[in-house]
Amino acid sequence: MSAVSQRRRGLRRWGVGEQRGGPWTYAVLVLTTIVAIFPLYWTLVAASRTNSEIVQSPPPFTPGGNLFTNIGEALDQVDMFKALLNSLIVSGSIALGTVLFCTLAGFAFAKLRFRGSTVLLIIILATMMVPAQLGVVPLFILIADLGWVNQLQAVIFPTLVSAFGVVFMRQYLLKALPTEIIEAAVVDGASSFRIFRSIVLPAARPAMAVLGMLTFLMAWNDFFWPIIALSSQNPTVQVALNSLGQGYVPDRSIILAGTLVGTVPVLIVFALLGKQIVGGIMEGAVKG
Amino acid sequence: MRLKAQMAATDQAGSLVAEAPGPRPRSAWRTRLTKLDSKASPYLYISPFFLLFAGFGLFPLAYTAWISLHSVSLQNVDDRTWVGLDNYSRLIHDDQFWNAVLNTLTIGLISTVPQLLIALGLAHLLHCKLRGSTFFRVSMLMPYATSVAAATIVFAMLFGRDFGLINWFLGLFGVDNIDWENGKWSSQIAISTIVTWRWTGYNALIYLAAMQAIPKDLYEAAEVDGASRWQQLRHVTIPGIKPTIVFTVIISTIGATQLFGEPLLFGGAGGYRGGADHQYQTLGLLLYEQGWFNFQLGRAAATAWTMFLIIMLAVAVNALLAARGRSVFAVGRRRRPV
Repeated sequence: MSAVSQRRRGLRRWGVGEQRGGPWTYAVLVLTTIVAIFPLYWTLVAASRTNSEIVQSPPPFTPGGNLFTNIGEALDQVDMFKALLNSLIVSGSIALGTVLFCTLAGFAFAKLRFRGSTVLLIIILATMMVPAQLGVVPLFILIADLGWVNQLQAVIFPTLVSAFGVVFMRQYLLKALPTEIIEAAVVDGASSFRIFRSIVLPAARPAMAVLGMLTFLMAWNDFFWPIIALSSQNPTVQVALNSLGQGYVPDRSIILAGTLVGTVPVLIVFALLGKQIVGGIMEGAVKG
Repeated sequence: MRLKAQMAATDQAGSLVAEAPGPRPRSAWRTRLTKLDSKASPYLYISPFFLLFAGFGLFPLAYTAWISLHSVSLQNVDDRTWVGLDNYSRLIHDDQFWNAVLNTLTIGLISTVPQLLIALGLAHLLHCKLRGSTFFRVSMLMPYATSVAAATIVFAMLFGRDFGLINWFLGLFGVDNIDWENGKWSSQIAISTIVTWRWTGYNALIYLAAMQAIPKDLYEAAEVDGASRWQQLRHVTIPGIKPTIVFTVIISTIGATQLFGEPLLFGGAGGYRGGADHQYQTLGLLLYEQGWFNFQLGRAAATAWTMFLIIMLAVAVNALLAARGRSVFAVGRRRRPV
């Protein structure tokens, strides 16, 4: 807590920027914002029109009145509600599990001394560099042996721990949690679990929230492994979008309506929590 | 240092409590329990992470190498035949493999380089005093929050040959309709556009965070010396955020080597082939085709292992390039207030 607020105050003293932005700065930033948002806006436009309206020249740039018809037809093609529910279960469990396990491990690496801690930490750091695709074949064999193909636990368990999360929590706790407090608690005879519950967890809460949001977002958008482990019978949103995009539906406005249903929930959450997520990414960047 | 102090405190506390005649004197086993707690509990805390990590992270990584020396069919994953280096020798004599290597490289370059340069420029602009800075930051991150699948479906339509919005827009300037999907360069540019769209804002924010850590007096000194904004960017900002630049280059390289979702969905049905002539098949798609369409998991594992070597090579090159310029960074760092 204190480390964060100190940094904020520090930034304010230096001033966030050296100079005021001129008109050109605003012009470029507004243009960038339009480029960033336009494809999302156009999805809404196209999803709310008929196929013949989209292919006109000039194309329409305002939403039409066909949105719910298109969504209805898209839902006939892919079970987007099941996909949304599955994605919610998968991303929620991954976010919860990751936050819990990474906070525990991060605390141990930040504040406890034990044999082999350096080596273990280096292993974690090294595997952050290793691409997920490298392990995909044995992982699939493992999942097949466990009989998990096409089941949600196949995408939950392998994604449940993130090396990034451990490093993130460790860095945060190193700064945010004064060792003196822990020493005092030890002198008072608190067990290490008591210390974790009563001191570490409250102190780590802001970082846990940020890690939870980032993990949820990454799990929601994960594509490669769910495509391999699941199928359209039991899809996450991304798997459902994949079958939608593979072109069995010829009507563009219906495809885009389905895309919209699968994308809007996370974008709404993002718009609400965007400030915190931006803060989390920037915090993580400074430490990373 | 701190940790040692803490350990000392633990020991001291143990012995103090044991000797002190308090209202609740502690027995010897209780002291031993405290000692056991401080010795064993760290392992207890990291064990959930490491058990999952070992089972679903480390084990598959190491086992890939072993699988790649076998012939394994997707239909019966437990039936393996030893083939030695056969999968690898097939791979290096396979034109489709070299095509995928080259495609991964070119798409990687035309997506990563512009992306990071634009991000650097945007971060420089965001580093000013701005009205609505939160709005700009959040909206720039919207593409990052959009999934690969959704972004690619939308962009594939925007890049459509006959009715795509991008061809319509270019048509306003007299450009003929471009067949984005079927040309080699046009398809790779289109795919790189999707990657750039999704990641530029994210990288800009990471650069911005690093820029905010550069002390202001460096800029003041530069201003006194009469440096323009452009010169400040070149001589103060960029040297100051160099470790972050190296970090983003490495992360983007790893991401580019694994490129999968964008080319897969860009082609619509049968996208795993990476277009009719494999014109945008990346290594990730090749791996997917070998394993899950040709049912040859052994070969897919060999491809995965080759990807890993390519990544290690790319990271090593990046690290070497970064080490050459380290002295510049050291000067910037020493001036940083503690």
